[in-house]
Amino acid sequence: MAEKITIQDHQLERQIVLSRIIVGGVIAFFLILALIARLFFLQVNQHDYYSTKSDSYRIHVQPIVPTRGLIYDRNGTLLAENVPSFTLTLVREHAGDVEKVVDVIASLISLTEEDREKIGSRLKNRSIPYSSVPVRFNLSEEEIARISVNQFRLPGVSVEAQLVRHYPEGEIFAHSVGYLGSITEDELKAVDPVNYSGTHQIGKQGIERFYEDILHGQVGYQTVEKNARGQIMNVLDRTDPVPGQDIVLNLDSKIQKAAVEALGDYRGAVVAIDPESGGILALVSKPAYDPNLFVEGISRKDYASLNDPVETPLFNRALAKYAPGSTVKPFISLAALNGGYRTPEDTVYDPGYYQLGNHKHYDWTWWSNKTGHGTVDMQRAIYQSCNVYFWDLAMDMGIDQMHDFLFRFGFGRNVSLDLPQASTGTLPSREWKLNTMGESWYPGETINSYVGQGYTEATPLQLATATMLMSNKGKWYRPAVMKKIGTHSSPEFDSTFLPDIEINNPDYWDFIAESMEMVVNRGYGGEYRTYGSAYPYIAAAEPLKYRMAGKSGTAQVIAIPENYDRADEVPEKYREHAWFISFAPVDNPKIALAVFVEHGEAGSSVAGPIARNILDAYLLDEQGELKAEFIFPQISEEDDESELTMPEKESVVGSASEIPESLPEEKVNLVTVNQ
Amino acid sequence: MSSQDFIRHMGYIGKDLGRRKSVWEYLHIDFPLLVALLILLGFGLMVLYSATDGNVSMMGRQVTFIIVSLGTMLFMAQLDVRILRRWAPWMYLGGMALLVAVIFYGSIGGGARRWIDLPLLPRFQPSEIMKVVLPLCVAGYFSKRAIPPRFKHIFWALVFIMLPTALIAIQPDLGTALLIAVSGLFVILLAGINWKLVFSFLGVTILSSPALWIFYMSDYQKQRVKTLFDPQSDPLGTGWNIIQSQTAIGSGGVFGKGWLNGVQSRLDFLPEGQTDFIVAVLAEEFGLLGMLFLLVLYIAIIGRGLYIAAMAQDTFSRLLAGSIIFTFFVYVFVNIGMVSGILPVVGVPLPMVSLGGTSILTLMVGFGILMSIHTHNRTLIS
Repeated sequence: MAEKITIQDHQLERQIVLSRIIVGGVIAFFLILALIARLFFLQVNQHDYYSTKSDSYRIHVQPIVPTRGLIYDRNGTLLAENVPSFTLTLVREHAGDVEKVVDVIASLISLTEEDREKIGSRLKNRSIPYSSVPVRFNLSEEEIARISVNQFRLPGVSVEAQLVRHYPEGEIFAHSVGYLGSITEDELKAVDPVNYSGTHQIGKQGIERFYEDILHGQVGYQTVEKNARGQIMNVLDRTDPVPGQDIVLNLDSKIQKAAVEALGDYRGAVVAIDPESGGILALVSKPAYDPNLFVEGISRKDYASLNDPVETPLFNRALAKYAPGSTVKPFISLAALNGGYRTPEDTVYDPGYYQLGNHKHYDWTWWSNKTGHGTVDMQRAIYQSCNVYFWDLAMDMGIDQMHDFLFRFGFGRNVSLDLPQASTGTLPSREWKLNTMGESWYPGETINSYVGQGYTEATPLQLATATMLMSNKGKWYRPAVMKKIGTHSSPEFDSTFLPDIEINNPDYWDFIAESMEMVVNRGYGGEYRTYGSAYPYIAAAEPLKYRMAGKSGTAQVIAIPENYDRADEVPEKYREHAWFISFAPVDNPKIALAVFVEHGEAGSSVAGPIARNILDAYLLDEQGELKAEFIFPQISEEDDESELTMPEKESVVGSASEIPESLPEEKVNLVTVNQ
Repeated sequence: MSSQDFIRHMGYIGKDLGRRKSVWEYLHIDFPLLVALLILLGFGLMVLYSATDGNVSMMGRQVTFIIVSLGTMLFMAQLDVRILRRWAPWMYLGGMALLVAVIFYGSIGGGARRWIDLPLLPRFQPSEIMKVVLPLCVAGYFSKRAIPPRFKHIFWALVFIMLPTALIAIQPDLGTALLIAVSGLFVILLAGINWKLVFSFLGVTILSSPALWIFYMSDYQKQRVKTLFDPQSDPLGTGWNIIQSQTAIGSGGVFGKGWLNGVQSRLDFLPEGQTDFIVAVLAEEFGLLGMLFLLVLYIAIIGRGLYIAAMAQDTFSRLLAGSIIFTFFVYVFVNIGMVSGILPVVGVPLPMVSLGGTSILTLMVGFGILMSIHTHNRTLIS
């Protein structure tokens, strides 16, 4: 054996190793003491601190979002419902590399660049750690399946089910029911933040906004034990939320749809009111938008298309103010009768213009054949829409008389119950001009005001309201979209706020109604000028099944220069706005209506037929006959005819086709200033 | 002079002479060490049961590993350490060969190439073998030379240490590399290296640490060190573990929340609660008293190990036993220090308690060697 032999001092070696072992042992012991000191510090000195911390990790108080109240129309058709929707969510803390996870998601389901940007901003704005942010809304079942299969590649990603607002009628009720959208910080300041602690959306427009507190309900709470992944392990305590109350509206989806259809491709608005309650039967503004787009966050592209400067689908025309044109004439006539400025028999000679000082104001007839209406009384001034008559009246009556009387009809203010966003319109007076412009009133401005031009502006809602008052002889009801909240009906109307309109001789109501009925009927003679201005377009082709009253209006958008060549095609944006107000049946009014057609050019021929279609849709049954519920116990046929001086209605039917020929379409379209 | 007097006069060498061997000595089992280990293993299983939320399959595997490890320990105890000393150089070469093989043929797990598949054997980490072989080899080297070691011998010992350390560090498995280096360095320290050398080496290390920081440490390692000083700097990243584990420990208080009542771990707030951070579960459920009980068990094992080292009959045994037991202490200290937030987070399991069989198996081999040292050839002098 060639093992190297070393001489070793075993005693010394033992001493060396032993001393080192002792030194090491002592060091080890002190290090263990250091550990104990650390543990003592954590477990005794800081025990309270860490105890609290441990509980706060573990026990979470969670809000339980109340179920939002549903919205129905008056017939029980669902207008706003809550449907389950699946949302893909992400918890950053569990996702690790967010970019990578989002890439994987994008490889499984469609994810636009915009979606990705939104994820980034949502993650940045998120304040609570370990809370989830939405990645994509509205997953299809196939997408859910794809996510589930690849779940192992998607840490921190989950599919959450929640109730999402849905508007089954889409565009049709966009401007009346409104929509829900994400709560902004400003909106959160305006509500009780506790009640909204779990709510991400709030009513942005329309009924959803006005009745937000009723629809929302009261938040509930649960105390839960959660693990670090945010999964609920145990529910310790629970206070149930109080669901929001359902709301039944006065709106009638049938008439609402009929109004949308009747407007066709025109931009415009329709407001219909029940004269027996003030309930708003229809509130339409076209073009509209799909409110569902807003619920889950509208895409930039969709939003851009909604901001088209001409179409402006987000703009609610039903509540916006426009020059009302000749639709104010029945109300001004009533004011003249009531104030004693005119009797029904007083006449004015209309040569086709009205001379005020050096300035000639031309009537709409002047532009077609350089003549006027001739001698006109009040009734003819209404059904033939004679401007000269009202210009003459304007000089006698003045602006303040008109203001005071029309104010009682709701012009110049917003009296609606639940449409606070509606414009008040403008009802000018001397005082108003002094206050707003610091200028005194000029007589020429009175001239304009008496034919619904100049400063005078009204909303379709105001005109429908005023028409309602005309139909029910001054009985005020506050226009309201809401009919019932939950099981309670709407509160009793406070008549001190809006006193009923009393006039000196109640027969004047009938007189004006009769004049308005003549607008859609044949007049005394055979000459076209004695027809109601809207008769050829409304009742000539197909006789009415009920007694309809109406008034057209055509309002200038810009001042037309005297030498303007009216034969030229007018650019659309300069075309006049068309109006038609109406109520029916005259003997038993069930609906009051205002139709507004933006740049529609002619009240009688464009807005008039739209109004009739809507009335038909509401009043007639499937066979095209007046619904039984709307038939008024007739006094007698003879009375009707003698009163209305209507020559053989039935016999007119046969000759109806001739009538448009005597009033050529193009002529009418061009000759429409203040018709 | 009676034989008894003779023995007495022989001093420490003869103190066991003539004493009747106990049954434990025949079986080559150190009874106090075995009892302490069994209590620790039992306590560990209790904690693990809670940490795994009563996962039967995990517990089954752990118990199987413990039984295999106990068997291995008893087997190792039967082997005379001199046999190990004789084989040490060959085992070292074999271990090195495996470490080199890992570089070329190893399988990747957890982002590092640490594992090797050999026919007829379960997949294992060659670095685990080195944990046992390196101190064996260095102790064997010194035992053939006079101690305190001369500078030349220290140099060669350092080479023996650095080679496997470097190979493991590039896997990369810095934690294991450092612990293996430490187990070799303990042999040098115990062999009586001049303190001046030790302190000058420490001084150089501390002075060069900024360079180490800049040139060597990776970002995640730097972050772990930063987290030690300010866990809140990245509360949802690297700081999360440490914040959670301190919360678990602190909320346990003196008496703890009771077995199976630890919310931090049971509600999944505590990551790695079954492995490296299991001590936080223990501290939460059993409180300071439970921690003291655990530390007393460790002190008992370390104390018994130091006693065995001190009582060993030759230099090789002393160096080996000392290295094994001090390395064991380092595991305990680094793990508890890391979980309680006084050391940076390094992947070191809590000895005998954390889930994972390999760690227990390696440690038990070490305890088997300790028992062998204590029960073989008590009467022979080198």
